[in-house]
Amino acid sequence: MTDLLAIGTRKGLWLARSDDDRRSWKVDGPHLLAQEVAAVSVDTRREQPRVLAGIMYGHWGPSVMRSDDLGASWQETDHGAIRFPEDAGAALERVWQLRPDTADRADVVWAGCEPHSLWRSTDGGASFELVRGLWDHPHRPTWQPGGGGGAVHTVLPDPASDRVTIAMSTGGVYVSEDGGQKWEPRNRGIGAEFMPETTPEYGQCVHKVAVDASGPDRLYAQNHGGVYRSDDAGGSWTSIAGGLPADFGFPIVSSPRTPGTAWVIPLVADMQRVPPDGRLRVHRTRDAGETWTELGGGVLPDGSWTSVLRDAFCADEGDPTGIYFGTRDGCVYASADEGESFSLVVDHLPDVLTIRVARLP
Amino acid sequence: MTVEVVLPGFLADLAGGSKHVEIDVGEDGTLAAVLDQLAEGRPLLDRRIRDETGRLRRFVNVYVDGDDVRFEQGVATPVKDGAVVQVLPSVAGG
Repeated sequence: MTDLLAIGTRKGLWLARSDDDRRSWKVDGPHLLAQEVAAVSVDTRREQPRVLAGIMYGHWGPSVMRSDDLGASWQETDHGAIRFPEDAGAALERVWQLRPDTADRADVVWAGCEPHSLWRSTDGGASFELVRGLWDHPHRPTWQPGGGGGAVHTVLPDPASDRVTIAMSTGGVYVSEDGGQKWEPRNRGIGAEFMPETTPEYGQCVHKVAVDASGPDRLYAQNHGGVYRSDDAGGSWTSIAGGLPADFGFPIVSSPRTPGTAWVIPLVADMQRVPPDGRLRVHRTRDAGETWTELGGGVLPDGSWTSVLRDAFCADEGDPTGIYFGTRDGCVYASADEGESFSLVVDHLPDVLTIRVARLP
Repeated sequence: MTVEVVLPGFLADLAGGSKHVEIDVGEDGTLAAVLDQLAEGRPLLDRRIRDETGRLRRFVNVYVDGDDVRFEQGVATPVKDGAVVQVLPSVAGG
C-alpha cells in the first residue's frame, strides 16, 4: 500500500510517496519543471492511476497534462483537453480544479476554470466539454474576478444524486440538481463586505467549500471573511467563525469519515493575509463548527508570515484521517492523525498551489 | 508565396525538431494565414503561440521582418513573399 501526495507549485509538480502508512515520505521531482501547476488530481478509479495536472507555461499558455505512470511520462491532447468552443468567444486562462467523479461514474472528471467555467470529461480527462448551463447563466457577466482571477475553483459532485455544487471567486456557491443543466445561487447568509449589499443573492467571494461526512446537505465554507456551515445543501448559511482567531483564510477541509470534523488555517484578514501573530496553525472542529481547537504547536512554525492557498490543503481517506497542506513559502506538512501531530514532508519548494493525496493499491 | 518561420528552441520540438519552418501561404498574405498554415499538422505548436480565439498569447512576441506585430496590425499584419516571421518569448516568466 502506497500513499501518494501530489504537490502542485508555481514552478512544477512534486510527488511524495509513503510506504509505511504515512509515517515517512520520499519526495520525487520536479515534474513539469517551470510550469505552474494550479490544479492536480490522482484518479485511482483506473487500472493505472492517472495524474492530471492543470498547468500554465510562463509564455505558452494553459493546458492539461496527464500521466498514467506516476509522472514518468506525460501526455497532452493535441488541440487542448479544455478548449472553448468558437461561439463562446473566450479562451482558457487557467485550470483551477480537476475533480474525478465517483467510482461508478467511470472516466467522468470535472474541471473548474478561469474564466468562470465548468467542464466535464467522460474520457478520464483527455477531453472536456463546456457545461453550457453554467456558461449561459444570466448571472455570469456579473461575476467578477477575485485577486487571482475569476474562476470556478471548487467542484463537488454528489455521489448519490445528480447534484453538483460549485464555488467561485467571485460569484459564490451555485448548485445544480440535474447534473449541470440548471444552476441556482445558494449564498444566503454569506457575507460580501466588498459589495454595497453585504448579503447579496450572489457575488460573494467564497474561497472553498467542503462536504461533511454526514451527508451531502451539510457543507462548510471558508469565505473571503467568514467561516460558515450549511445544513440544507447551501440553502442557508450560519457563521461558525466563533472561537477562531480570525475568520479570513482560503482552504477548508472536511473529514471524509468523521461527521462534524473539519479544519481551517486562519489568516488575519483580507488586508493582512498572514497567520495571526505569525503563528501558522491548523484549527479543527469536532462539532461542525460549534467549537475549534488549535493544532500544530511545536512543529508548525512561529514567526511564519506565509499563507496557505485555497487548494493547498486536503485530507486522505485513511483511518485516522490524514491531513496535508502546503504553504506559499514551499513547505509541506502532513498529519496522519487528524492534526494531533504534524511532520514536515518537504521544504524549499516554490509556492504550493494545490495538493492532493491518494492511496494506491 | 513562401515565408520562413523562425521558432525558439523550446518550440522546435513541436515542429519536428527544426527551428526553421518554410511555409507556403498562397495568396492571403497575412500573419494569420501564416500561422494557420503553420498549425496544419502541428496543433500543439499553434496552441503555444495562439489561444483558441486566434489571439497571440500575451507573452509571445512575433516579428515580421523584424517588426513587432503588436505595433503593426497584429495577426492581420501583411506578410510578403520571402518574409521572415520570428516567434520569441517575451521577457516575462521565470
